[in-house]
Amino acid sequence: MAQIQCKQLAVGYDGQKVLSGLDFSVKAGDYLCVIGENGSGKTTLMKTLLGLLKPISGSLSFSDGISRTDIGYLPQQTDVQRDFPASVWEIVLSGCQNKMGAKPFYGKKEKTAALENIHRMKIEDLRRRCYRELSGGQQQRVLLARALCAAGSILLLDEPTAGLDPKAIDEMYALIGSLHDSGITIIMISHDVANAEKYATHILDVGNRVFFGTIDAYRKEREQHD
Amino acid sequence: MTDLFSKLSLYLSYPFVQYALIVGTLIALCSSLLGVTLVLKRYSFIGDGLSHVAFGAMAIATVMKLNNDMPLTLLITVLCAILLLRTGQNAKIKGDAAIAMISVGSLAIGYLLMSLFPGSSNISGDVCTTLFGSTSILTLSPEEVWLSVGLSIAVVLFFILFYNKIFAVTFDESFTRATGQRAGLYNLIIAVIIAVIIVLAMNLVGSLLISALVIFPALSAMRVFKTFKSVTVCAAIVSVFCALLGMLASILLATPVGSTIVVTDIIVFIIFTVIGKIKGGARS
Ligand SMILES: Nc1ncnc2c1ncn2[C@@H]1O[C@H](COP(=O)(O)OP(=O)(O)OP(=O)(O)O)[C@@H](O)[C@H]1O
Ligand SMILES: [Mg+2]
Repeated sequence: MAQIQCKQLAVGYDGQKVLSGLDFSVKAGDYLCVIGENGSGKTTLMKTLLGLLKPISGSLSFSDGISRTDIGYLPQQTDVQRDFPASVWEIVLSGCQNKMGAKPFYGKKEKTAALENIHRMKIEDLRRRCYRELSGGQQQRVLLARALCAAGSILLLDEPTAGLDPKAIDEMYALIGSLHDSGITIIMISHDVANAEKYATHILDVGNRVFFGTIDAYRKEREQHD
Repeated sequence: MTDLFSKLSLYLSYPFVQYALIVGTLIALCSSLLGVTLVLKRYSFIGDGLSHVAFGAMAIATVMKLNNDMPLTLLITVLCAILLLRTGQNAKIKGDAAIAMISVGSLAIGYLLMSLFPGSSNISGDVCTTLFGSTSILTLSPEEVWLSVGLSIAVVLFFILFYNKIFAVTFDESFTRATGQRAGLYNLIIAVIIAVIIVLAMNLVGSLLISALVIFPALSAMRVFKTFKSVTVCAAIVSVFCALLGMLASILLATPVGSTIVVTDIIVFIIFTVIGKIKGGARS
């Protein structure tokens, strides 16, 4: 059953369409990779899926069991101000909040989850460090750990490997692959078509040729055009 | 020196001085709590605008000859805070203009009202009191003292209860919204707390100096500390320390309370900046 369903969806800013006529659905356990050139509207689409932007036209629906509190999200760029005083630990913990409802303080469950994701991202030694003093790649890992804390059944990632070194990129794909294996639905924006083909189950291409389908269909389509 | 101490102990034996110290300390504690949020969320201009609104509201209360002007001022300021937040969300530039309009407008209306319907023969004295606080902290009526104490405690409790949510929405509002949390509600709570703090702080430092009371302790703490928790705790301590020192100094030196406190805050800010530089320099 489809967790997310889009019909003739058009997305953009202030009534100006960036992308239109999108028809696709994401089922539980899918690994959807969104590809396309710079400026083609991938981030805009993701923000619309997240409810940060309103669809311009068409429909976007979530299936009954899914609410926004099941979603973890890694932004492409954070609006975090440069001077923000926050430790890595504080930031990762804040990802657990969407499961807490009105509960004001973090309990054992949240702390365990945060620790676990800190281990997963291999940033144990950064735990007490100040976020703004980390390198770009380290900051990326911290935000991913936060996204993992927030993710219940769906994880949306906007270029998670941007700013990582080649070894870290491979590790990141392996990690996301293992999250997918554990049953989490993945929607990821990437420019890395090779890795996308290796891990993804579905491709949404929003570039010059709009395409949505399984990875096999995508390969066939490309063979025909080349 | 002994002279100074005997003078101090004499003053401290007056109940109105004791009230002033208690209320002043509580107000300083409250006003420091949201400093970081205000500085980093670019809400500082909302705070500034609201303090002018509070001035206008106080003028209306004075003209209406209410013996306790705080409830009306509080009501108007909270309503304006909610209004400003709404307009600010719709369109960024329009929000800025709205704040400027409301804040300058309230200043003008406030002064006009006070001149048209003078509450006492000394208008410039009245205006000066509302703008700079002068001695209002020393002339609080018992009800005002209790109202201030109650509101301060409420602000601190609310802040502690919503501390983690305030952190989340200050650090990354989009993420908070995207993962299904009620970012709008948390913003509203922040705006209402700011409004309450402003009305409280008006008694201590007057409407023009409120921003200083809110922002300086946070800025000082941010020079030296690097986690949200340590900055918040440090800002609270700095703010209380400066308020106490400033109030005592103003009693002894017969200087205006508000500006003395703010000058103390500025001195501490300079000291913290130097400490931050030394600490940073030592590490790199
Ligand atoms: N806040 C905004 N307001 C108006 N237009 C915007 C805004 N952000 C982006 N755009 C425009 O929308 C279009 C799509 O941008 P988007 O960020 O979705 O691209 P993208 O596919 O994510 O690109 P990249 O691969 O570089 O991340 C661009 O032409 C951009 O100029
Ligand atoms: Mg993008």
